[in-house]
Amino acid sequence: MLEHYLSLFVKAVFVENILLAFFLGMCSFLAVSKRVETAVGLGMAVIFVLTITVPANWTISNFLLKDGAMAWLGFPEVDLSFLNFVTFIATIAAMVQLVEMVIDRFSPKLYAALGIFLPLIAVNCAILGSSLFMVEREYTVAESAVFGFGSGVGFFLAIVAMASIRTKIRYSNVPNGLKGLGITMLITGLMSMAFMIFSGIQL
Amino acid sequence: MANQTDTQAVAQKPPREKLFSKKNIRVLTEPLSDNNPITFQVLGICSALAVTVQMNTALVMSLAVTFVMTMSNVTISVLRRHIPSKIRIITELAVIASLVIIVDEVLKAYLYDISKQLSVFVGLIITNCIIMGRAEAFALQNKVWPSFLDGLGNALGYSWILLVIAFGREVLGSGTLLGFQVIPEFLYQAGYENMGLMVLSPGAFILLGLLVWIQRTANKTVGE
Repeated sequence: MLEHYLSLFVKAVFVENILLAFFLGMCSFLAVSKRVETAVGLGMAVIFVLTITVPANWTISNFLLKDGAMAWLGFPEVDLSFLNFVTFIATIAAMVQLVEMVIDRFSPKLYAALGIFLPLIAVNCAILGSSLFMVEREYTVAESAVFGFGSGVGFFLAIVAMASIRTKIRYSNVPNGLKGLGITMLITGLMSMAFMIFSGIQL
Repeated sequence: MANQTDTQAVAQKPPREKLFSKKNIRVLTEPLSDNNPITFQVLGICSALAVTVQMNTALVMSLAVTFVMTMSNVTISVLRRHIPSKIRIITELAVIASLVIIVDEVLKAYLYDISKQLSVFVGLIITNCIIMGRAEAFALQNKVWPSFLDGLGNALGYSWILLVIAFGREVLGSGTLLGFQVIPEFLYQAGYENMGLMVLSPGAFILLGLLVWIQRTANKTVGE
């Protein structure tokens, strides 16, 4: 049983890395990967938000929205799954607000460093994407928690690695048109190729 | 591509100056090249890369984004005096999410196969930063008509990048175009092989990187 969860975790972190294999969360990945410290901060915030929101959305989806999910309330025919998008995004926005308040209270330094990017987590595709994947792949609640955490760790790894590479790149001579987005995309392509090596791993 | 649309916009110029004044035309055409949402504003990359393995998914995605972006810009511009600034983000998200639900239901009803292929990426239009960004940066301050043009322009700017990448990835990766074979059979017999890399994610990153390079060099813009 434990192996199953471990394999799911490894898969979420390496093989199906949410950023490098599914392209989710690219916007904040490109915007925040200029310095390692901020990248670490954002990565931690994403891990935290993902670990909470995916199981939270699982609960909402399975007890309220799914086809026949309202049977325990006496409405077995009701199918509200078309409300998935709105409900998920609302849950995520609320959770992000919560995380923001917690970080502001306990680590004002991190709060100042994250600045504008914290509210932007609400519109980070990685967060909503994980919730939608969770619905599509019909995970159980434990699986969805592991998957959320794993995706977060995957995002963290990718963004911190990218930030480290970009600090080094400052000292190299990049052609003018390639500076900024261009070279970053090429490096991301190489990183994504490197992560593909894990795809044969079975635990 | 940009020039083509430019001339089209000029050709359609109606006698009423106001609707297509120079300023409005600039609002419409600027996002096509000089201020492209993907290559210059660096927004909405996620979906741009994920749906570009084939042309037909990219095409459907472009249409969906065009619809959502113009409609959300119009709606938010209409509501701009009534949205309290403190809860504007959640209001914008609610408007966008409702529009995306419409798109999703329509796709499920009429294009079920493609909607299955796009899987979660239809839902992810909600968190597409371009749409939020335009609502926040443009529609909240401008009248309805310029907001409509701005939404349309940005959506077209997004779409053509999407289609170019999808074109490259489908031709190089699977040798087909919209599902029809374009690489002739004798090339395969002569030892030509499809580039498997293009179908996988690194291909998308590298193609976009090269596209950005070409475009920025052509426009003589220097990156950060």
